This record gives sequence, C-alpha cells and structure tokens, in this order.
Amino acid sequence: MKDNLARRKNRMGWGFFSPSVILISVMVFIPMIYALFTSFMAGPPVNMHWVGLQNYQAMFSDKTFLTAASNTFLYLIVQVPIMLFLAMIISVMLNDNRLKFRGLYRTAIFLPCITSLVSYSLIMKTIFAPTGIANKLLMDVHLIGAPIQWLTDPFWAKVLIIISITWRWTGYNMIFFLSGLQNIDTEIYEAAEIDGASRWKQFTRITIPMLKPIILFTAITSTIGTLQLFDEVNNITKGGPGNATTTLSQYIYNLSYKYTPNFGYATAISFVVVIAIVVLSLIQLKAGGEDK
Amino acid sequence: MMRKKSHWGLIGEYVFLTIIAIISVFPFYFMIVGMTSTSQNIVAGSLAFGGELFKNFQNLFSNNLGFVRALGNSAWIAVIQTILALFISSLAGYGFVIYHTKLSNRVFNTLLLSMMVPFAALMIPLYRMFSALSNTPFEIFGINTFASVILPSVATAFLIFFFRQNAKAFPISLVEAARMDGMSEFNIFTHIYMPSSKNTYAAAAIITFMNSWNNYLWPLVVLQSDDKRTIPLVLSAMGASYTPDYGMMMCGIVISTLPTAILFFFLQRQFVQGMLGSVK
Repeated sequence: MKDNLARRKNRMGWGFFSPSVILISVMVFIPMIYALFTSFMAGPPVNMHWVGLQNYQAMFSDKTFLTAASNTFLYLIVQVPIMLFLAMIISVMLNDNRLKFRGLYRTAIFLPCITSLVSYSLIMKTIFAPTGIANKLLMDVHLIGAPIQWLTDPFWAKVLIIISITWRWTGYNMIFFLSGLQNIDTEIYEAAEIDGASRWKQFTRITIPMLKPIILFTAITSTIGTLQLFDEVNNITKGGPGNATTTLSQYIYNLSYKYTPNFGYATAISFVVVIAIVVLSLIQLKAGGEDK
Repeated sequence: MMRKKSHWGLIGEYVFLTIIAIISVFPFYFMIVGMTSTSQNIVAGSLAFGGELFKNFQNLFSNNLGFVRALGNSAWIAVIQTILALFISSLAGYGFVIYHTKLSNRVFNTLLLSMMVPFAALMIPLYRMFSALSNTPFEIFGINTFASVILPSVATAFLIFFFRQNAKAFPISLVEAARMDGMSEFNIFTHIYMPSSKNTYAAAAIITFMNSWNNYLWPLVVLQSDDKRTIPLVLSAMGASYTPDYGMMMCGIVISTLPTAILFFFLQRQFVQGMLGSVK
C-alpha cells in the first residue's frame, strides 16, 4: 500500500519536474561534460583533435592568461572585502532605530541595482573620462593637482573597475545584511548594554557572529560573480590599457570570438574558473562553519 | 557622558550615510543631465541642464544602430523568457515539495549544483550546440535566433529553489481537499497553487525580466546580425565607437533603465523579495 503510494507520487512528481530536469541537463550538465572533453583538444572548431593536457600546460607560459588571472584575483581580494564591509557598516547604521529617513537612505543606496551592467559601465566610463566630472570634482577640492588618467593608466584603470563594481553591488549586498539584522533579537543588545558593552564590542561580539550565515552567503555569491567579471571590463576599459584590466571571462570570450577561435584552450581556461569557484566556495564554507 | 557619545555617533551615521547616498544617486542625476546636454559638455563634466533633449532623442531614434528595433527585441525576449521560466520553474519547485520522495530530493540537490557553474564555462559548448542546429529542421532554435537566447535561462536552479521555498509554506490540506473533489493534479497546481502565490510569481517575474532585459554576454555571443541585437548590445556598441555621441547614449541608457526603475518603485517589496529569494 505504502509502496504503491510512493510509486504514484514519484510518477506524478516527474510530470512536474521533468521539464526542468531535462532543460538543466541539456543546458548545463551536458555542455559541462562536452566542455571538459573540448579542453583536451586543439585545432580549428570544425576539425579538433585530442592533445591531452597541452592546453592546461600552455597556460603557465601564456602572459595574457597570467595577467587575466592575477587581475581577476586582485579584483576578488580587494573589491569583495571592501564592498562587504561597506554593506555591513551601512546596514548596521540603517538598523539604528534612532535614525530618521531610514527608508529614504535605503532606497537611495539600493538604487544602483536597477541599472544594467552595460548601462552603468558606460556611465562610469563617462564620469571618469579624462576631462570628466570625477576629475573636475577631485581637482576642485584640491585632492589632485592634475587629472587622473582613469581609463589609460594601468593602475588607475584597475581602481576604476573596483570603484565601479563597488558602486553597483554594495546596495545589493546591503539588503541581505538588513534582512539578517532584522532576525537578531533586540533583547540581546539590551542585555549587552546593561552589561556595559561598548557599541564596537556589540558589533564584533554580537552582530558579526549573528550575521555569519549572511556574510558567508554574500562572500560566496560575490566570489562567483567576481570570477565571472566581463560586462564591466568589456565596456569601461575593453580590458586595457594593454591587458591591464582584462579578466579571465573576457580572455575566454576573446579567445573564442575575437581572435582566431581557439575553443580548446578557451574551455581549458574556463575549467580553471570552475575549479577556482569550487575551491574558494569550499574554503569559505569551511571557514564559515568551523565554529559550529 | 554616555549620552553625549551616542549623540555624536548618530551625527556620524547621518554624515556617512548621506555621503554614501549621494554617491549612489549621483550617476542617476548625471545621466538625466546628460540627456539634455551636448556631447562636449558631458565629457567636460558639466552638471547643468542643457537644451539638447529633443535633438539627442532625435539622434537616438534616427541613427543606424537600430535602437527602436532593439527595444522591441529586448522586450519580446524578456517577456517570453519570463513567462516560460516562471511556468517551468514553478512547476518543478511545486513538484519537488508536493511529491517529494528520497529520489526527488536527490534530483533537486543535483540541480542545485548547476548554480556553481560559471557561464564562461557554458558559453562555448552552448554556442557549438546551437550552431549545430543551424541548417537543420531545428533551425528556429539555432544560432542568431531569439530561442537560442532564451532557452539556456528557462529552467534555473535559482528559480526552482525560490518556488520550492514558497511551496513549502503552501498548506498541503488544500491539495488534499481538492483531490477529494476530484480535481486533477495539474489543475490543483494551476487553479489553487498559482492564484495563491501571486506575490512569489511577481517577485520571480521581476528578477527574471530584469536578468533577461540586462543580459549582455550570451546575446553578444549568439545574436550575430544587427537586426537581432538587444538593448545592451546596441548601448555597448554606442559606447565603443571612437567618437561616442554621449547625449544620445545617455538617452538610450535612461530608456533602458526605465522598465526596471518602474518595477522597482511600484513593486518595491516584491523586487527586494526576488533579490533576497535564495536566502529566505
């Protein structure tokens, strides 16, 4: 009887989720397996042949790959912590119920999220043009003496990419922290207040530990996002000057569609990104779960 | 003493948040001013409104980049993608809850793995797959078609997860009562679950529409002819030209941002819920 019910349930269930199972298999899992095979091959797209690990070995002596990998890594270790820290500070402040206009601040800070990645990239490119408003304002307040070459200086171009991503995504991460803060019982703070804990101590001893799942979640999603960075660099700097701002995703794109197509090598690099995502996510999960 | 300290803290909060809020909003002001300015004034960092609004719009709609056609393409793709994705993914999310078995849980966990796969790794195999369909009877799904843009995002683990979370809160007694009335399983889904989950559908629709409307990399790969281009592709082409017409570009950017801005201001709760989706 029970067996019968389970079988019936199974049959009904497949009617509901088989379209998704088929689509995700065809659009994600099968292409992944296909990509894995392609990464061991070389030659023109119509006539590829097996070359073993050659593509993977070639990366170590490929200057563009090494630059793209180190740029991507740089964006990751500089931009993600800055953004998450900012988002956390902002949401803790916005959670202060003495503050007025909280809704207004929240809406304003969230607003960058409604722009498309291409649109905001083009706006940033315009704002940070050599004669643009950013340089003008910075010179007006005497922070700089001469215009910064945001788009053509290898160092400042990287800074611009980091500023841009931070502008776009801080508000997005803020809403996760805000929803996490709402779940913290205010009585915990009241008790800490009575015990004479300073606000900083409350922040480090109560807020941060309580927000750990949110920090973990935002860190993992930001890591995955940053490792796939493409739209911004392609539209703000085109990866330049030289390859100073290029990323792995952009290099994969260029290898496949801009230069003579080299699908084998490009998919090999994409597997490096896959491995990086898996490894970094596992490290973060481990680091985040170690207290438990 | 204690009181004074927290008073200063509050002022600090106002100052800090005001600065962040201004930085967040400034680019919006800049692009709206840009709509009315000449190209030279925009790159020279002028913050005053100009008198070029009409001319900028005229340039946007009359140049050979095909902005109007791109608007239509983007809208068509986003609407079809949203309808298909909502239907297919909610069907699965609901199914995984109502008919959950050990096996179906394992299937669901496997689907979740697809969230870890970066698009860069899928781009090439998908491109080759859709290319292989060209010049076959399945040409309508081949490269350079709207179908090829839409299909990879119809079933997403994110949306299935989102609907599964919502379906967990759906009272199973309603399903059982409907069964007693002799309602078919599919009709229970369409006539009872769907109408009672309007907010979930709204949130999912907003996030899906926005992702589709703003998608850049995949359309850039598969849409090869100019008449198929979407808004992000046309805007990107405007920005990449040697002497961009910035006034015209700002008009294009504002128009492309309007749909998401309207969704945000009128459906703020569902908008935020859709973004939070995966943690709730």
